[in-house]
Amino acid sequence: MARYGMVIDTVRCVGCMDCVVACKTENEVPEGLNRDWIAYETRGKHPTLQMEIRTERCNHCDEPPCVTCCPTGASHVEDFGRIVLVTHQECIGCKACLASCPYDARFVHPEGYADKCTFCIHRVKDGLDPACVAVCPTHCMHFGDFDDPNSVVSRLLASRRHHALLVAAGTAPRIFYLD
Amino acid sequence: MDPLSRRRFLKISSATLGLAAGGGALAGAARAVSSSAASTPPTGLQKVPTFCDICFWKCGAIAYVRDGELWKIEGNPDDPLSRGRLCPRGTGGIGAHRDADRLRTPLIRRRNRGDEEWAAVTWDEALGHVAEKMQAIKSRHGPEAVALFSHGIGGNFLKHTLRAYGAINFAAPSFAQCRGPRDVGFHLTFGDGVSSPERTDIRNARCLVLIGSHLGENMHNTQVQEFADAVGNGATVIVVDPRFSIAAGKAKHYLPIKPGTDLALLLAWMHVIVSEKLYDQDYVAQHGFGFEQFAASLVGYTPEWAYPETGIQPEVIRETAREMARYRPATLVHPGRHATWYGDDAQRSRGIALLNALLGSWGRKGGFYVPASMDVPEYPYPPYPTSEKPQVDNPGGRYPFALEAITTGIREATVTGQPYPVKGWFVYATNLIHALPNEAETIRAIQNLDLMVVVDVIPSEIAGWADVVLPESVYLERYDDLNVEWFREPFIALRQPVVESPHDQKPNWWIARELALKLGLGTYYPWRHVEEYLDTRLKGAGLSLAELKTKGIVGGGTPPVFFDEGVAPEFPTPSGKIEFYSLQLQEKGFDPVPRYKKPPEGPPGTFRLLYGRAPVHSFSRTQTNPILHDMMSENAVWVNADVAVRYGLKTGDVVRLKNQDGVVSRPVKVLATERIRPDCVYLVHGFGHTATRLRRAYGKGASDAQLITRYETDPLMGGTGMNVNFVSLEVES
Amino acid sequence: MTELLITRSNHLVDPYVHVWAWQIPVYLFLGGWVAGMMSLAGYFQWQGRHRDRQCTCVLTPWLGVVLLSLGMFALFLDLEHKRYFWRLYTTFEIASPMSWGAWILVVVYPALLAAALVQPPQWLRRAVPATEALASWLESRPALVRAVGLASLVLGLALGIYTGILLSALGARPLWSSAILGPLFLLSGLSSAAAFVHLVARRRDERVFLARADNLFLMLELAAIVLFLIGLATATEAHKQAAGLLLGGPYTAVFWVGVVGLGIAVPLVVQSLAVRHRIQHTPLGPIMVIAGGLALRFVIVYAGQVSHWAPQVAQF
Ligand SMILES: Nc1nc2c(c(=O)[nH]1)N[C@H]1C(S)=C(S)[C@@H](COP(=O)(O)OP(=O)(O)OC[C@H]3O[C@@H](n4cnc5c(=O)[nH]c(N)nc54)[C@H](O)[C@@H]3O)O[C@H]1N2
Ligand SMILES: Nc1nc2c(c(=O)[nH]1)N[C@H]1C(S)=C(S)[C@@H](COP(=O)(O)OP(=O)(O)OC[C@H]3O[C@@H](n4cnc5c(=O)[nH]c(N)nc54)[C@H](O)[C@@H]3O)O[C@H]1N2
Ligand code: SF4
Ligand code: SF4
Ligand code: SF4
Ligand code: SF4
Ligand code: SF4
Ligand SMILES: [Mo]
Repeated sequence: MARYGMVIDTVRCVGCMDCVVACKTENEVPEGLNRDWIAYETRGKHPTLQMEIRTERCNHCDEPPCVTCCPTGASHVEDFGRIVLVTHQECIGCKACLASCPYDARFVHPEGYADKCTFCIHRVKDGLDPACVAVCPTHCMHFGDFDDPNSVVSRLLASRRHHALLVAAGTAPRIFYLD
Repeated sequence: MDPLSRRRFLKISSATLGLAAGGGALAGAARAVSSSAASTPPTGLQKVPTFCDICFWKCGAIAYVRDGELWKIEGNPDDPLSRGRLCPRGTGGIGAHRDADRLRTPLIRRRNRGDEEWAAVTWDEALGHVAEKMQAIKSRHGPEAVALFSHGIGGNFLKHTLRAYGAINFAAPSFAQCRGPRDVGFHLTFGDGVSSPERTDIRNARCLVLIGSHLGENMHNTQVQEFADAVGNGATVIVVDPRFSIAAGKAKHYLPIKPGTDLALLLAWMHVIVSEKLYDQDYVAQHGFGFEQFAASLVGYTPEWAYPETGIQPEVIRETAREMARYRPATLVHPGRHATWYGDDAQRSRGIALLNALLGSWGRKGGFYVPASMDVPEYPYPPYPTSEKPQVDNPGGRYPFALEAITTGIREATVTGQPYPVKGWFVYATNLIHALPNEAETIRAIQNLDLMVVVDVIPSEIAGWADVVLPESVYLERYDDLNVEWFREPFIALRQPVVESPHDQKPNWWIARELALKLGLGTYYPWRHVEEYLDTRLKGAGLSLAELKTKGIVGGGTPPVFFDEGVAPEFPTPSGKIEFYSLQLQEKGFDPVPRYKKPPEGPPGTFRLLYGRAPVHSFSRTQTNPILHDMMSENAVWVNADVAVRYGLKTGDVVRLKNQDGVVSRPVKVLATERIRPDCVYLVHGFGHTATRLRRAYGKGASDAQLITRYETDPLMGGTGMNVNFVSLEVES
Repeated sequence: MTELLITRSNHLVDPYVHVWAWQIPVYLFLGGWVAGMMSLAGYFQWQGRHRDRQCTCVLTPWLGVVLLSLGMFALFLDLEHKRYFWRLYTTFEIASPMSWGAWILVVVYPALLAAALVQPPQWLRRAVPATEALASWLESRPALVRAVGLASLVLGLALGIYTGILLSALGARPLWSSAILGPLFLLSGLSSAAAFVHLVARRRDERVFLARADNLFLMLELAAIVLFLIGLATATEAHKQAAGLLLGGPYTAVFWVGVVGLGIAVPLVVQSLAVRHRIQHTPLGPIMVIAGGLALRFVIVYAGQVSHWAPQVAQF
């Protein structure tokens, strides 16, 4: 089976938040909550500055602590694409998964269950890119299968310098940022 | 002669389709379309093509309706502007439909202007009242005393009604508060403007120079997409901005210029390029006029001279100039858009135009393309009444190079009654309180009126000053006029209703038509439903409304757009050439070549107030949109990190800004950042709403417009330079 | 200098994680305390000494049932999706300490009840004659009593350690990612339990014995705290930053004064003097120990949520 992930080109990203808005409307994310977000990181002293802009979300980690800590199995790794999901009706809202995610990618949906990015599995199953990827006006986001060496994401990783976030936390994240 | 008319592309074969012949079939066709629109199935997924109206870029879009509810909106892949991807504001545009703060019914003022006390009335009452007042104004002052401020395509039908009534004063803030100086500067140089969408070939630029154009925050969609392409292709980006903008973060060279000194930098660049003979000599020789005089005028403007003015090191000026020359003609010095900064803006824009001329980028790949459009005849209306009177905004051609009417000119005439009184204002889709400088002056003008009508979708600040407020359906709920676009790939786009208006809101065409009927101007509305109008125009182009309704967009192919592709170079200036030296300017007593003047400094202890865009908002119109509000609910004042330390401020602390005239802003959070020079502060425009009925947005953040009490008028064209205000930081205890 | 702006403002995780408020420290404290009580009572029952350890073995199991239920209730209050609570018991997630905890409770309750029934209090014997009968039946089967005691002891230790592992298994919070947290919480639970018996026991020998035991637990707890901090301070940058929360950050005062000073050191001194007959036994020491145990859970839960793998940043 596939192992889906993202490769995001920070050179192109302008931090416009379109990916955030698209996720909101596509997934009807409630007001005040976000499945994805933007980080603007600026280093240096005026005027010698460097800025990296990243669109961030659940990394669908290969070693997801949010899944291991879940007492009900609500948080799980889906066979389809190794996507990390929450089954709403199994979640008791204990928030262990929120506390266990180094990326703070999760939130509690107003209805009570833990929620987060689903990699838009409903779209991916239809052969579409996730909403955030499909909307991005700078085409800086790429979604695909890391198990397939010929996928766009695999080829981008093979060809360009990249980094992932908080690798020290040991969760083996599956979103990579091209430098 | 319209020099560009030969660039219009007639898509059709059946141009012979007679209007008389079409007339009979038309009514039937229109009825068919309207009945199909009425029988909207309530379940399942529908995709309705339309185009976006959250800003004026007009991206083609496809709206999704799920079980009768508006779900989401995406870019139309057939649309050359959006290439299937909207900007964040467009994606969040559906929030405009859902906004709980929307105007719901027509309102008539009950007490004093600005008190925001209203009586809800029927459309019949409201329009009857408006028509009555208009007739009174006409009989006392003539129809010229009614003016229209309108911004965007939605104003077309209202403009038509007012023209029929006899009005002649129509203005939009998009000229004197926005791109006017730029277009004038380019017109004076190339004989043609930059237009909207800008004719910039960003995607092919190998060197892109952005002077304040903060692409990435300024989200004009195509520009941003092409900017990313250029960056992705490794183009050299040079950004000149007092603030380390998003674009600066992508730049090879970031030039943190002292605000207001860009012309000095431009002149120094041109000095380097001319003195080192780096310019496109063939291009200049072939197309240029007055180059020698121009070159001579540059002599003193060395990089060393520019350094103390701009704060940019001479080596940097030289290096960047050479880099621009290296990639010419694929070097694009972006003309900017909101160019009304310091009052010398048309001359600064001319500086940009001249720099591009030296680089040979006008009409060249990676520079400026020559846009084309499709030929769609106007609707055959009866002729409008003519007037003896001149337009009020520019009496005696005071601003000789103004290309369009000047909003602030109409405002001034309304205050002074000169050259003749203005007694009625129609305001369509422009929040004059946030859009025009010096709010007090706007209110003074309003207080001189006999009638003030505002057509809006939310209870904006300007609606609060109206006598009659007319609630419009948002763009997702209505038809508008066709967008016949000038672009690389010409096309026609249709805006059509996706969902119904939730309350008693009406589309502009309906409002305009009903008002015309009340005014006894029925002959100007031979059509009953806008579908008939649209179909007639489309038939004239060999198309049909039915086709546009399914496709949303019909393209006109990919004509040649560069000189190298066979487009004949044409420069409709008096000399027929690129005017390095402008005799028309000289004739009117202006500098024929740009000359630098030092901008006045602010009082000690103050910071120059700069402002701009955030990617998720459009001006003052989106802060109540629940989706976009969720993305950014307030603005912050950017303060240089060292300055913040001096004031004991850190990010998140609250201050008020007080300008040189004692006007104090609402409390606003501080963003202490390295990303701005120490001599200025920055606000995202559009926040700090004072209209209490904008429940979501009310009182959040600070308004730049409120603090812009002063402005410098551009003597060439009447634009209002607004970057001339200075504020101090009042720390909240 | 790094500026980091983040456009997210998700409730419970921004500007820093605050998923758990008072309910979880209270739950962890009560769980630990009950664990301590079970371990003590179980130990004495296993040793067959439950008759000389009246208070420990009569009162604590009954109290344990009550306190554990209160703790469970606090946990329940914290759940965001309460009506799905039962989902805890439709699966056993082997990797999830929370699942372990849920299932441990399933066996802890019967064990507590069994331990309680070894010596029902007089009023209960009178009110429900069956308990009297059961108690005498058990009395005549010392092996069974020992088994009940052993179960109590083992489950008590497991429960106590679990309260710490619950946090330490959540790798995302460096302050919690320490193997010492389980033993530390167990020791704190034991000390609170011993302190409680010390506080209420009427028999002097029981009181003195448990005061001694308490002192031992407190000393071990102190050692565990030292190991815990050394462990953090010698690990990665993120762990150092986390330790910094307790060693010179916002939680330093309450940690050193409340938890270590008033909750451990002072009672340790007071109780040491008391067992050496230098001063009278006072209820002050035990009360401080119990309060200190509660404070420990609060500090660790709250400070842990602030600790982060990413450098601390300003969110806007
Ligand atoms: N201080 C300051 N002034 C500026 C600028 C600035 O940055 N700072 N920018 C300048 C520039 S570049 C421009 S282009 C102008 C823009 O100026 P405007 O076009 O006036 O922009 P807004 O302030 O958004 O006002 C738009 C109004 O139209 C209403 N509206 C929105 N949609 C509809 C609709 O569908 N129908 C109707 N009837 N009304 C609608 C909104 O509610 C709002 O009241 O402002 C200029 N003025
Ligand atoms: N998201 C979003 N995008 C928009 C709009 C919107 O409302 N929202 N509006 C659209 C419209 S109509 C317009 S006109 C454009 C406006 O957008 P642009 O034309 O790109 O930018 P401006 O508003 O002119 O200028 C803002 C930038 O100029 C810098 N600046 C200020 N003073 C100076 C100076 O003296 N010199 C230099 N070199 N730079 C300076 C500021 O720091 C800021 O980065 O945006 C368009 N795009
Ligand atoms: S939509 Fe694309 S460019 Fe915009 S912030 Fe998201 S990833 Fe970046
Ligand atoms: S990012 Fe967080 S929520 Fe997503 S899989 Fe990794 S640990 Fe789980
Ligand atoms: S909140 Fe829900 S998904 Fe998260 S750990 Fe608890 S039960 Fe599992
Ligand atoms: S993949 Fe889907 S759910 Fe995840 S952030 Fe993108 S749009 Fe949201
Ligand atoms: S640029 Fe954005 S807001 Fe403007 S029309 Fe296009 S999608 Fe709409
Ligand atoms: Mo504009």
